Amino acid sequence: MTTARPSGTSTPSAAAASPADTGAGAAPHPADWPLWEVFVRSRRGLSHTHAGSLHAPDAEMALRNARDLYTRRSEGVSLWVVPSAQITASSPDEKDEFFEPAGDKPYRHPTFYEIPEGVHHL
Amino acid sequence: MTQRTATPALPLGDDALILSHRLGEWAGNAPVLEEEVALANIALDLLGQARVLLSLAGDEDELAYLREERQFRNLQLVEQPNGDFAHTIARQLYFSTYQELLYAHLATGDGELAPLAAKAVKEVAYHRDHAEQWTLRLGDGTDESHTRMQRALDALWRFTGELFEPVEGLDTVPWPALYDRWTARITAILERATLSVPEGPQRGAWTAGGGRQGLHTEPFGRLLAEMQHLHRSHPGATW
Repeated sequence: MTTARPSGTSTPSAAAASPADTGAGAAPHPADWPLWEVFVRSRRGLSHTHAGSLHAPDAEMALRNARDLYTRRSEGVSLWVVPSAQITASSPDEKDEFFEPAGDKPYRHPTFYEIPEGVHHL
Repeated sequence: MTQRTATPALPLGDDALILSHRLGEWAGNAPVLEEEVALANIALDLLGQARVLLSLAGDEDELAYLREERQFRNLQLVEQPNGDFAHTIARQLYFSTYQELLYAHLATGDGELAPLAAKAVKEVAYHRDHAEQWTLRLGDGTDESHTRMQRALDALWRFTGELFEPVEGLDTVPWPALYDRWTARITAILERATLSVPEGPQRGAWTAGGGRQGLHTEPFGRLLAEMQHLHRSHPGATW
């Protein structure tokens, strides 16, 4: 499914010879469909949570594919789809300066005071 | 075999069963994984409807696996082969638009099919939306997709007249009004998709009857052979 075409070297005839090509002419091959990230709200009051990703030609179809792939067992009451290319992610190379400094600062956790009696669900 | 062959649950159940089987043939063959799951979901919705409907008509397994071709009452439209993806979408568009209108009507009544229709109409509305979305994209896509979609719509057009033949036992259904609403919806979506409403006859001139009378087209025999083979070879086999 992810038959990447080498850029610059592929000729039109070579692209047409792809066995997975269903004869869509000049249309983008399904492998070229953009990737979408799917967020599912499992019930009212909870946040949308990342569920996975999928390919789709546009946002409307991405939403429908997300419905079929991620909510078919009643997992959700609301869906978001976001183009994966629109997400800016932290780099693994920056892991040390991003996250390590927080590792030895336990005082940032709210664990240094007694919970008053009678307070539940904290 | 105890059967209530007069109940309208039989023809409607056969529609759902046979179309479910056809859609299931896409498993492992769909153009992309996401679409494969979508088609399989629709097939499973229809199979669920078929189980309820055929159980109203008799023993669901006996009805599905042990009847001969001439005893099936499904529309000829639903037994047509998948063809290319455009043919499958055209078949889905014609049938799910019809099924949604029919179930929406049945859901408002108090017949034995009303509870099933009320539940299934939501599933079918999604099937119709799925078919419409693809019709728009294929029709208004590339030259190739437009040509293929129009070819599929034309090829299946002659099976659409049968949809509005009155079904025995569904006496309250206003079939001509259903046909008008179906035509209006199909016309609207095809116009949006830059496609033409086919102009040919809506039934084959040579047919003495249709699927509702047990008369089926040539591809149906092979579908039944595949669907019934396991049960007939190993009666009573279970998972």
